[in-house]
Amino acid sequence: MNHLESWGRYPKTTQNVRQVRWSSDTLPNAREGELFLPFGLGRSYGDGCLNDGGTLLATRAMNRFLDFDPGTGILRCEAGASLDAILQFAVPEGWFLPTTPGTKFVTVGGAVANDVHGKNHHRAGTFGCHVKRFELLRSDGRRLVCSPTENPQLFAATIGGLGLTGLITWVEFALRPIASAMIDVESVKIRNLDDFFEVSDESDKAFEYTVAWVDCLARGTALGRGILMRGNHAKEAGELRTHRQPRLNVPLDFPSLALNHLSVQAFNTLYYGRLKQRVTRAVKHYDPFFYPLDAVNHWNRIYGRRGFFQYQFTIPFSSNAGAIREVFERIAKSGQGSFLAVLKTFGDIPSPGMLSYPSPGITLALDFSNKGERTFKLFEQLNSVVMEAGGRYYPAKDAWMPPEAFARSYPNWEQFQAFIDPSFSSSFWRRVTRAEAKR
Amino acid sequence: MKRALIIGATSAIAESLAGQLAKAGASLFLAGRSAEKLELIARDLKVRHGVEVEIAAIDFDDFDQHAPLIDRAAERLGGLDLAVICHGSLPDQKACERDWRLTEAEFRVNCLSAISFLGHLANRFEQQRAGCLIAISSVAGDRGRQSNYVYGAAKAGLSAFLQGLRNRLYPAGVRVVTVKPGFVDTPMTAHLKKGLLMASPETVVRDILRAAESGNCELYTPWFWRWIMLVIKVIPERIFVRLKL
Repeated sequence: MNHLESWGRYPKTTQNVRQVRWSSDTLPNAREGELFLPFGLGRSYGDGCLNDGGTLLATRAMNRFLDFDPGTGILRCEAGASLDAILQFAVPEGWFLPTTPGTKFVTVGGAVANDVHGKNHHRAGTFGCHVKRFELLRSDGRRLVCSPTENPQLFAATIGGLGLTGLITWVEFALRPIASAMIDVESVKIRNLDDFFEVSDESDKAFEYTVAWVDCLARGTALGRGILMRGNHAKEAGELRTHRQPRLNVPLDFPSLALNHLSVQAFNTLYYGRLKQRVTRAVKHYDPFFYPLDAVNHWNRIYGRRGFFQYQFTIPFSSNAGAIREVFERIAKSGQGSFLAVLKTFGDIPSPGMLSYPSPGITLALDFSNKGERTFKLFEQLNSVVMEAGGRYYPAKDAWMPPEAFARSYPNWEQFQAFIDPSFSSSFWRRVTRAEAKR
Repeated sequence: MKRALIIGATSAIAESLAGQLAKAGASLFLAGRSAEKLELIARDLKVRHGVEVEIAAIDFDDFDQHAPLIDRAAERLGGLDLAVICHGSLPDQKACERDWRLTEAEFRVNCLSAISFLGHLANRFEQQRAGCLIAISSVAGDRGRQSNYVYGAAKAGLSAFLQGLRNRLYPAGVRVVTVKPGFVDTPMTAHLKKGLLMASPETVVRDILRAAESGNCELYTPWFWRWIMLVIKVIPERIFVRLKL
């Protein structure tokens, strides 16, 4: 038994770990009732990558590159290959990820299973939009190549399918060309929430990448103030230099007092006040632009041993800004500051994934230190706002949503259930569907 | 340019080593048990480093295949500068105690098949009066312990064979390196608890590559195992016999 943790370090679980090193491997022989879940780099925040009492299939050593076409940028690699390794390989060749989450330390299999999105969602859609095909290994021993034309239903179920439809052994997807490793970046000071909507709207037209950091402790007329970052890949040919590995490390758990209302407030005030003009321009390497937190190994330890929650939801455009404002007000009132608050508008490019999270609207991601009941109470208060507005949560980040919220916001989950491999399950899935683990 | 034969090429250490050698521009011949796995490694090396590598599936236990395999590798690469023996298995000690056949099989793979390859390679390298032979032994061979002595004894045999070979080939200018890794985080040790002593294959491979350039002795990797084993070796037998190691 092994105490592997998810990135949020909550909940604490125990499970067997079995290594899968080769895409040609068969699945381990399951004991009676043993349930599997693929586990890559463990960057899901909640329990989506955990399987309490079951078995995790560790895929990180199954990480070979199998084919690359330098003409089209189509890469086929084993599912345990990390985005980090792909960038190391692709950038010098003049290629970049079609879209990337805020960390490069995720596997390709995980990117498909969570149908991850990035700052270019309004232009590029989700990761799944760029997947040509993949191979799925089912517990009955079948190897199924899935694409929009072969096994199309399993293709749709597996993209955003949370690893439940079988083990993805390899993935073929399209990279995008770049002329330089640099990004032309503009940082825009946002005065309040209305300002955000205005600037975000205008930015999405001219910039491939947009995202805003928000000071979630600001209230009144400053509610929603923050910094919107927007960028494009530099057009003029530049050095195709890759990133370096992180040099900073958080070696120990911080005491849980380190991040409190005061320190978050101080940080937010300084961060916001740092910019003097409305728009600041810079040329940045892709690494600090896309992956600022990757610079510090184990940054999740700053939240201490009890871990933290990431609370990310989307609400549709139709429900206007009122809900977002209400959420900020309730957080400010609760005094539980979120160190990281990220706001972004999702575009309307549909994902092929059946359970895919992004949908047209506004997404807000918040980090909360785990303070037990106090935090859950806040989530309940926020949840009523989110549900009222027709919102939904991001399974890759979630450790909390009630089954009712899942059923309501992912109405096709029962249709999805038909594609789950009978030998696969996860702590997340059992929680949100109220299913008991078979032992 | 270096021409290298890797035997047991699908082990985690060997795979990482092949990647580093390919990156440095070596031409490679990879031999292992599984054609499927060798094919996956070959594809990876081709995509990442743009090199075509030769692969051959071989049954280590069929000793008659050993000499022809080496001949074929030398022929395909146009000669050999480096050979690395990486194959091995970590036996279930308790099962070996119950079943002689298991003990014998472990000796065949961990000791006999390795020294069979080394014998053929030594004759070739002695004749060409150049080259480097590397074999992965183990710190477990430095002293027999109740928890792991079948493996330890097989690796001790291999280590002593390599000592003799090093001695014999010294005048011919052929270098022989005995690699003694401690615990390495690979599938072979996947069931063991990951402690402070557990090293990554990359660390071990970096040490092996350095030894391939100029080494000619026993290489403990990571380095601190030399001192750990020194202590373990000097404990008098009448005290050692009471220990639970």
